Amino acid sequence: MSKKNQTNSAEYMRMYMQMMRIRAFEDNANQLYLSAKMPGLTHMYSGQEAVAVGICEALTTSDKITSTHRGHGHCLAKGADLKLMFCELLGKEEGYCRGKGGSMHIADQSNGNLGANAIVGGSMGIATGAALSAKRLGTSDIVVCFFGDGATAQGLMYEVMNMAALWKLPVIYACENNLYGEYTKVEETLAGDITARAEAFGIEALQVDGQDVLAVNECTQRLAERCRKGEGPFFMELLTYRYHGHHVGDINREYYRSKEEEAEWKNNRDPIKNFGAWLTSQGIASEDELNALQSEIKTEASDAVEYALNAAYPSETEVGLHVFAATPQMGEEHA
Amino acid sequence: MREITLSKAVNEAIAEEMRRDETIFLLGEDVAEAGTPFKILSGLVEEFGTDRIVDTPIAEPGFMGIAVGAAMTGSRPIVDLMFGDFLFLIMDQLCNQAAKTHYMSGGKLNVPLVLRTNLGATRRSAAQHSQSLHALVAHIPGLKVALPSSAYEAKGLLKTAIRDNNPVVIFEDKLMYNDKAPVPEEEFLIPFGVANIKRAGNDITLIATSSMVQVAEQAADILAEQGISAEVIDPRTIVPLDEETLINSVKKTSRAIVIDEGHQSYGITGEIASRLTEKAFYHLDAPVMRMGAMDVPVPFSPVLEDLTVPTPAGVAEMARKLCSGELIHAA
Repeated sequence: MSKKNQTNSAEYMRMYMQMMRIRAFEDNANQLYLSAKMPGLTHMYSGQEAVAVGICEALTTSDKITSTHRGHGHCLAKGADLKLMFCELLGKEEGYCRGKGGSMHIADQSNGNLGANAIVGGSMGIATGAALSAKRLGTSDIVVCFFGDGATAQGLMYEVMNMAALWKLPVIYACENNLYGEYTKVEETLAGDITARAEAFGIEALQVDGQDVLAVNECTQRLAERCRKGEGPFFMELLTYRYHGHHVGDINREYYRSKEEEAEWKNNRDPIKNFGAWLTSQGIASEDELNALQSEIKTEASDAVEYALNAAYPSETEVGLHVFAATPQMGEEHA
Repeated sequence: MREITLSKAVNEAIAEEMRRDETIFLLGEDVAEAGTPFKILSGLVEEFGTDRIVDTPIAEPGFMGIAVGAAMTGSRPIVDLMFGDFLFLIMDQLCNQAAKTHYMSGGKLNVPLVLRTNLGATRRSAAQHSQSLHALVAHIPGLKVALPSSAYEAKGLLKTAIRDNNPVVIFEDKLMYNDKAPVPEEEFLIPFGVANIKRAGNDITLIATSSMVQVAEQAADILAEQGISAEVIDPRTIVPLDEETLINSVKKTSRAIVIDEGHQSYGITGEIASRLTEKAFYHLDAPVMRMGAMDVPVPFSPVLEDLTVPTPAGVAEMARKLCSGELIHAA
């Protein structure tokens, strides 16, 4: 765990709480799937919490992010509300996308979240374009593009990194290397080093322990500040691990990874457990305080689930709404 | 009224809109100093600078994706896609991202962008630079599709496209860039979803898009000499489609041919013919006929290529047969 003075204890507690909130959200989402209360599938972020929280805690509300199919953690870390998230997962009208996006498409523009994306690597152009927009329009916003190791095989990434480097755009490409692309080990699909790919474009690339929320946060703060000064783009490879399978239904997965490996990460490299231990060792919080916080968040999450289960589905008229955005009536044709 | 080329009309539309709205910028390959291979954009970089007329690498999916992200965050990008054939390269960004973002976000995010590209064969450019692929994008909910048929429409529709809050794909006929038409000096816009009755007639309706509008008009001239009065209608946008004008015309004439330069199978001609059949069936005296491009990759050799697209003589002959009842049992 990184050394850091204790003057930031409120920020540390917030990071701890945000990571717990993501874990609690995912535990409940998994239960909703297992008890057949949730339509479709969902992809669990559990295990990777330090990445989303470490990064998003270094951003402002109007800074933008783009997210992935494994995106609940990014949404929550960027400020999303548990109730509206669960409503979306259950296809309810009050959900972030009025029930029309679901787990893989949560967008929350009030917190700068441009949306999760169900096409692997599909949001890399969007993130880069948002950075171009920020630069052109003179806002001080920066953009973080979240994607996994699997997305590094997509050609789009190299096209947009090339342009981001040419145009010095304020974007941080955050590659969460959780060792598996769907049901396949990363070493079977990835030649060379991930960071070397960014370096080939002259982009400064850093490897960070994605289980260490303070390391992630410190690195992001530094890069975000440099991005705002026009020194971007940057690339981070965050070494992390997903506790669940590719999605909630991927339960028997020993053909691609062992239970021992999963246990090793969960027992010894859990980002929440380790950060909690650091907080108590530094005297920032007692174990009792952390336990109280944990039960508070568990209650918050189960209340949110209850709320979402009871929320209304969209009316049938909703199906045809929002295919097109309204455009004010425009000038008449010349006679 | 003054006459200008279609190319000049496009240039004027972009310049006028960019002067009006600072959030508009244009990006694509060779758009700045080169002004595109067709020289459509010449002069724009001198007025607006390289920050707003942005040359990109040859990376269509990349710059299309960048345009989507920029459009979601307060900019209004105009994307220049050098050839319509390159649509296949950008399908994910256009159809999975741009087209669906507004809907998937429950109406929270908008993607106000314009994708300018082209269509049209007989330029001796072979199968990868000659396709008319507008049916492909018209199939995807969330995209509007405009098909200007002259300099006048090119300007008025493009200005409307730029002000629309949705992704709009506008296809220009690449053979028509140097064709002149009367275009007013003063500002005008052409609303989407309003068809233009180019010529009134009573015996048969020729519904034609883009490059095929002039083919239909020439066919109507031939038919007039034979005493057949053809009504020619240009829908101008296929999404949204002005169904009412088309149906009212067919109710009047009781016969119709739909002419479009996309491949005939599974295309625009079939869609429009089917809507007419569903909604004006009891007014019809003959089957609604489709005339699209042949279902072959566009060949290079001029003698072969010319066989693949509808011609005025071909359209006139089909119309004559329909009007004389010869094709009642057409396959």
